[in-house]
Amino acid sequence: MNKSRVTPYMVVAAVILIALAIFFIFPLYWIVTGAVKTQSDIIIKAGETVKWFPTVISWDNFARLFKSQTSLFGAQMPMAIRWLINSVFISVASMILTCISASLAGYALAKKRFWGRALIFSLFVAAMALPKQVILIPLLSEMSALNLVSSPWSVVFPVVGWPFGVFLMKQFSENIPTSLLEAARIDGAGELRTFFSVAFPIIKPGFGALAIFTFINAWNEYPLQLVMLQSNESKTIALGIAGLQAEMSTDYGLIMAGAALAAVPIIIVFLCFQKYFTQGITMGAVKG
Amino acid sequence: MATTKAPKRSLVLQRRETVVSYLFLLPALFFFVGFVIYPMVMGVITSFTDASLANGGQGTFIGLSNYIRLFQDKIFWKSALNTIIIVVVSVPCVTAFSLWVGSAIYKMRSGARSFFRCVFYLPVVTGSVAVVVVWKWMYAKYDGLFNYLITAAGGDALPWTESATMAIWCVLIILFTTSIGQPIVLYVAALGNVDSSLVEAAQVDGATNLQVFWKIKWPSVMPTTLYVAIITTINSFQCFALIQLLTRGGPNYSTSTVMYLLYQIAFETEKNFGYADAMGVVLAIVIAIFSAVQFKVMNGGTTE
Repeated sequence: MNKSRVTPYMVVAAVILIALAIFFIFPLYWIVTGAVKTQSDIIIKAGETVKWFPTVISWDNFARLFKSQTSLFGAQMPMAIRWLINSVFISVASMILTCISASLAGYALAKKRFWGRALIFSLFVAAMALPKQVILIPLLSEMSALNLVSSPWSVVFPVVGWPFGVFLMKQFSENIPTSLLEAARIDGAGELRTFFSVAFPIIKPGFGALAIFTFINAWNEYPLQLVMLQSNESKTIALGIAGLQAEMSTDYGLIMAGAALAAVPIIIVFLCFQKYFTQGITMGAVKG
Repeated sequence: MATTKAPKRSLVLQRRETVVSYLFLLPALFFFVGFVIYPMVMGVITSFTDASLANGGQGTFIGLSNYIRLFQDKIFWKSALNTIIIVVVSVPCVTAFSLWVGSAIYKMRSGARSFFRCVFYLPVVTGSVAVVVVWKWMYAKYDGLFNYLITAAGGDALPWTESATMAIWCVLIILFTTSIGQPIVLYVAALGNVDSSLVEAAQVDGATNLQVFWKIKWPSVMPTTLYVAIITTINSFQCFALIQLLTRGGPNYSTSTVMYLLYQIAFETEKNFGYADAMGVVLAIVIAIFSAVQFKVMNGGTTE
């Protein structure tokens, strides 16, 4: 298709793109290599070239990262692993709850005609345009009243409440042919059965997009985690690393080991489900 | 029993559908009302009180005092100015740049296209904490890569985040790398939907690539541009994690933003919830105005 002749512009564009790609990948490369460098590889000595590659692979940074121990359900484990488990728990719980609540709500908003529909939908959309971080303070008072401070649910519930998922699933639900829903009704299928056997197979791609989107968002929802998760045991991996950096800001090897632990799992998840992710971003923007 | 069109349905069926719909909406409404709407309302109410950590968040009504104090607070104005600088620099840069990358990659083979899309999305996925800690190391005075490269090339080491004039640019560079991923994905999709027969017709008529871009592609992707501008505006206004992790608002408030100041006042310095909430309310109103203006201005230029 694009077998047209190569113009000078195309060459320049390709060079810029590749340079940019390197610029965007490099920080990640620096995290991963920094995590396995020895202290002497990290220090830049006068007159020597910087160590672009680790001279030896050392696990010493990870050993130091895992030194502080804690226990969970009776099992002894490094604090950093506990943080990682907290992150996974928060992301998975947010993902499951969001998928259930948003797909049901999106389906109702797209396919049902009922009193208050327009009002509810515009409330959802208006809330999305508001800065979500301005509700941090009242949210903290609410969570302390509910006795949920330092509980993973204090992060999960607001993430699930964020209306983007409802909006996305409404977009996907518009694709369900009304005739199919009516046919199911005539056949005597109940509302829930209609939803699961007719609507669900059609909105499944949206489900995938929403799941991966919510997982990554919850993982990276730093301000909320910072305010809510106050005890050391309740921290997420991102929050834990932020704390490490505040305490020992020049121990770059240790901090990079932590950053690698925070970044690598989520990047793997992203790469595995990349296809759904792109779809989710694009669908969410239509009629934005 | 079979119903086909809404106007013909009986009242009983309509009522039944309303009840069923609300049952479907119930879980989402529970979380939305409980953890978004309720705190928003509480935030507005608290902004008219003197609630703080000292009185357990149970403040008394003090009218507009927090708002009056806000307009006399020099640090607030300094932070507001920084926030505006961040928005004014990042929105056009992110929009223009992601449109350029989008147009450069959307016609590539799908493998190359996904590769670039992924690369530019990586900093978003990596998360602000991991991204900021590695940039902080690269910016470091000693053992930092940038100063190494500068001195190796014969220049003088720069203070980067430790200088009141440079620090905000250090923030802006990181913000840029974490902001263009999503717009690029959107532009690639939007450009792929541009009517190719229009483009071909123009090329047959001898239009240059630049003319094709401005006359055909630019108007067709206008809705996407509007969306990108609005989300980038909202994100830039809320710039917080980068600042909290990189500079803590310093040196000398040179990188303090409204969002960061709000956090500091609520949780670090005065622990004054009422005053911080007043800032949040003002920030929300300003963001709403900005979004509405962008919508008006840019929607005026669309063909759709």
